[in-house]
Amino acid sequence: MSAIHFIVFLPLLAAAVAGFSNRAFGTMLPKVVTTGALFVAAALSWPIFIGFMNGSAEPHVAQVFTWMRSGDLDVSWGLRVDSLTAVMLVVVTSVSSLVHLYSWSYMEEDPDQPRFFAYLSLFTFAMLMLVTADNLLQMFFGWEGVGLASYLLIGFWFKKPSASAAAIKAFVVNRVGDLGFMLGIFGVFLVFGTISIPEILEAAPGYAGSTIGFLGYRLDTLTVLCLLLFVGAMGKSAQLGLHTWLPDAMEGPTPVSALIHAATMVTAGVFMVCRLSPLFEQAPVALGFVTFIGAATCLFAATVGTTQTDIKRVIAYSTCSQLGYMFFAAGVGMYGAAMFHLFTHAFFKALLFLGAGSVIHAMHHEQDMRYYGGLRKHIPVTFWTMMAGTLAITGVGIYWLHAGFAGFHSKDAILEAAYAAGGAGQGAFWVGVFAALLTSFYSWRLMFLTFWGKPRWTQSEHIQHALHDSHHDEAHGHAVAHADNPPAQEDAGHTPHAHARGAHETADGTGGYHPHESPLPMMIPLLILSLGAVFAGFVFNKFFIQPESGEIFWKGAVAFNEHLAHAMHEVPLWVKLSASIVMLLGLAGAWVAYVWKPGIPARFTATFDLLYKFLLNKWYFDELYNALFVKPAFWFGRFFWKKGDEGTIDRFGPNGSAALVKLGSVASAKLQSGYVYSYAFVMLIGLTAAVTWVIAR
Amino acid sequence: MSGILSIMLIVPLAAALACLFVNANQARWIALGATLIDLALGGVLWANFEIGGPQWQFVEYTPVFGRFAWALGIDGFALLLILLSVFLMPICIGASWEAITERVPEYMAAFLITEVLMIGTFAAQDIFLFYMFFEAGLIPMFLIIGIWGGANRIYASYKFFLYTLLGSLLMLIAMMYMSITAGTTSIPELMAYDFPPQVQTWLWLAFFASFAVKMPMWPVHTWLPDAHVQAPTAGSVILAGVLLKLGGYGFLRFSLPMFPEASAQLIWLVFGLSCIAVVVTSLIALVQSDMKKLIAYSSVAHMAIVTIGLFTFNRQGIEGAMMVMLGHGLVSGALFLCVGVIYDRLHTREISRYGGLAVNMPKYAVLFLLFTMASVGLPGTSNFVGEFLALMGAYQVSTWATLIATTGIILGAAYMLYLYRRVVFGDLVKDDVKAMPDLSKREMALLAPLAAVTLWMGVYPESFLAPMRNDVATLLARLERAKPAGDSLLTPGNPVAPAAHAQTADHGAAH
Repeated sequence: MSAIHFIVFLPLLAAAVAGFSNRAFGTMLPKVVTTGALFVAAALSWPIFIGFMNGSAEPHVAQVFTWMRSGDLDVSWGLRVDSLTAVMLVVVTSVSSLVHLYSWSYMEEDPDQPRFFAYLSLFTFAMLMLVTADNLLQMFFGWEGVGLASYLLIGFWFKKPSASAAAIKAFVVNRVGDLGFMLGIFGVFLVFGTISIPEILEAAPGYAGSTIGFLGYRLDTLTVLCLLLFVGAMGKSAQLGLHTWLPDAMEGPTPVSALIHAATMVTAGVFMVCRLSPLFEQAPVALGFVTFIGAATCLFAATVGTTQTDIKRVIAYSTCSQLGYMFFAAGVGMYGAAMFHLFTHAFFKALLFLGAGSVIHAMHHEQDMRYYGGLRKHIPVTFWTMMAGTLAITGVGIYWLHAGFAGFHSKDAILEAAYAAGGAGQGAFWVGVFAALLTSFYSWRLMFLTFWGKPRWTQSEHIQHALHDSHHDEAHGHAVAHADNPPAQEDAGHTPHAHARGAHETADGTGGYHPHESPLPMMIPLLILSLGAVFAGFVFNKFFIQPESGEIFWKGAVAFNEHLAHAMHEVPLWVKLSASIVMLLGLAGAWVAYVWKPGIPARFTATFDLLYKFLLNKWYFDELYNALFVKPAFWFGRFFWKKGDEGTIDRFGPNGSAALVKLGSVASAKLQSGYVYSYAFVMLIGLTAAVTWVIAR
Repeated sequence: MSGILSIMLIVPLAAALACLFVNANQARWIALGATLIDLALGGVLWANFEIGGPQWQFVEYTPVFGRFAWALGIDGFALLLILLSVFLMPICIGASWEAITERVPEYMAAFLITEVLMIGTFAAQDIFLFYMFFEAGLIPMFLIIGIWGGANRIYASYKFFLYTLLGSLLMLIAMMYMSITAGTTSIPELMAYDFPPQVQTWLWLAFFASFAVKMPMWPVHTWLPDAHVQAPTAGSVILAGVLLKLGGYGFLRFSLPMFPEASAQLIWLVFGLSCIAVVVTSLIALVQSDMKKLIAYSSVAHMAIVTIGLFTFNRQGIEGAMMVMLGHGLVSGALFLCVGVIYDRLHTREISRYGGLAVNMPKYAVLFLLFTMASVGLPGTSNFVGEFLALMGAYQVSTWATLIATTGIILGAAYMLYLYRRVVFGDLVKDDVKAMPDLSKREMALLAPLAAVTLWMGVYPESFLAPMRNDVATLLARLERAKPAGDSLLTPGNPVAPAAHAQTADHGAAH
């Protein structure tokens, strides 16, 4: 038993205790057990990470026991610890423990807290199994395990139809990706005769240039394998095409969004590509595809993010977009930068989500930013921590000092690597710069709509509810949907519409509602994560991406391209400054549109109505998939059932043969009439026929 | 240990006879006692089965007349399927404890006879003994559906009978031909006898007619939804849990080892029908409004993975197929029990009548979720191991078939989670649903062992893979000469690699 066993299995144990704890124990036992287990796991994880940073730790595998053996296939449960795992261990356990703590207050009113904490810990266990996997099948176990936890947590408020629908969608869309992952594993086994990750990576170069049969074509072996595996990564990491589940996943409680749908689970795809980077390095076509999908997602999600009005959805699209950055960093061969951005992103994105949760908590479950405004003075701690997160995601920093917030270090590294890599990377660079502009715009838009301007709270159903029945017993988060449709057009910053219910309408737009700062268990995680958002980039960039120290840190855990790491530093000055420049442009744009001249968004949306609707409706992906897959599936199901099974097989099969027998027996019954003359007649016919046959022969 | 198989047959048979002379309550206890004794004997069987020992163990041979003999004996495949049967039986008796109130002694007797016939089928070493057990299995099930079934039970039982009988006649003819030609009725000897390839094809098709119906494979599957819907809960459990495995066992015991060439020639037929089954029946399951019908259709889709796995001619495929059979036996049985639990409370299988059960039946919600996830093939549960291995084997033969069959994991997730959502999620609004109590102790006792074994098979399948390992090797040795070439084979690369190689080599040096 070493530290890694405790790190991985303590959360499982805690989940079991919390899950099976009787209601009689109350909610305290599950909360203490799960949170305690996670803090212990985090405390054990950091020394491992530090060990790899100062070069004292060596990669090793702690075996648990055999899983399955079938001929050459020999799979064991094992826990691999190397620098890549160490990074993920730190991210997963740190964010998870903080999210556990945060949930103490955030979920306080919920009657199902034991279940919630059990799910959170179960998720953490599955995620840890994923990142410590030494073979592809254990990775798949963790992969599906986090999918299960995600399903359960998205559907945590299962009474809401939208929540249970979103849960199914998340699971099924992920399964589409998993189809690719599974075929990838099959292919890997066929080619390498093993699915042990180190053995595959070692053997990979020997298969460069070989071909394999796939669906009747002969294709480059490693390209096929990498593309299949990457389909899995696309599903889990919500990349373009398989991204539709992520925004809907926001139906889950906000701490879940922070942990699963921002910091950890959705980065599993990036982790997978990095883990298998020596394999991907042998498949340039696949890497080109990774770059393309990454850049496309990065752009797509950022455009959609600029128009959403739900605070969580903005952050969700932002996550999707940042994952795109990580993928194209991997695609151009700078896996260190991809992992670095994963690392910093985990802190600042968890921070933004938890901050949003704090705002939602203060605003009585209202999530629509059009009903926020002016919150800066009311919830100052939330404001300042979210400010830190925004500065981090938009990449604020001063180039000449080499100092800046977390995103400054990691995002700039990605852009520089893309530029330096040339080829497809150049295209990705330009897309990335444009997406950075949009990132800055939507991030500041979120900040300005929420914290600046005048309060616009009176229009909110939730606030109205809070004001009307201050003692209403609605369980936390079983939020009532807006009874009246929110305005279709973006009108934030406008003078509020005159609303029917003006009972509490006051001149300042607060309606007499007083938002309160969230309690301490929510504040502590925000403050700790703020430290990460401020310092994570500055402190750790040496290990992740710098040529010499990176090589020592990674120790071959990812394919660290030292040449590219050097080239990154040689890019022209304008490339290095580009991210900062677009950040300022985005900030200025958002400030003009949402603080200085609030009429601009409405005029803009009126002028570019089509574009606006296209973005607001997320490029119509949901509608397209609904028409292409969901509806036809049900139609074909009914068709095969009614026309196929019942209309054809049963009709001509059992029912038909039964009818035939009946028909035959009815006919033969008629012959057995009992009348002598009919028997004589038949005899006569028979005799005639026989005589005829004898003569004619 | 010789004779234990006969004892396992005699115990339930004697109990069945005893049942007929006692009242309802005594019959229940006798049935439970007898099935538990058989379960214990099954444990003894497992403990004494020598892994890596002779192929046939616990052999019994008593000549009866002519060539016909009372010949019993099991290998790893038979052992595992017998264990599955004796494990499910007490659970079935427990499931009928309160649900069956009429003609209880006869009902219990019918179940005990079913157990005799199932164990007999798996243990028989004489081809005609096998045939008798195999076909006689129809009769008690026909009665269980026809007497204790739902409203439309007569139609369902006749459909079941018609379908299964038709194929069996062809099989009987084939068996007669085989025993005359080969001069033996012993299954082990026939497994080593080489029939000429042209003859093999005909014999293979005759057996196929029977096994495909039992499986059931598309398009001869339509008896299954009706039979399940009309059967009482325990009938469904045993139907899905064990009777559906007879077809797969038949392929494994007869078609593959006795007719290797024909099996290889007709892979296209098996794969084609199986792929259609996966997609078509999954889509049909998606639109069902009757819970039992939905699970029945899902069974057809899962059994298609079995047939694909069996005909891959490689170890992963065959071991995977066996694991799917075992896993599906547990999980679909458990799902039918889950349906039975709420059917007993509300007396409807209509999905839309339920909703929000997570509120008032939390224990039920957890167990139902576990079995739903197992049915979906979540890693860590029994079905994943099987499906993964079977499809991995299939990939080595046909990438197309694998691609189509693997879509089953998407469709399976869709219809099972859709079912779970409609039954368990949502708000609890209907008054009669609100009044439903959570699982009783008896129901927990039925579902908990199934849950435990489902997880055991998922996390440490080695316990179940080990007994069949040698038998798979024997079978593969037999199949080796007919093994088809896959469509995905690797061809070594032209040496275009150096560029990439050099780069990595540089990096390696830098390390």
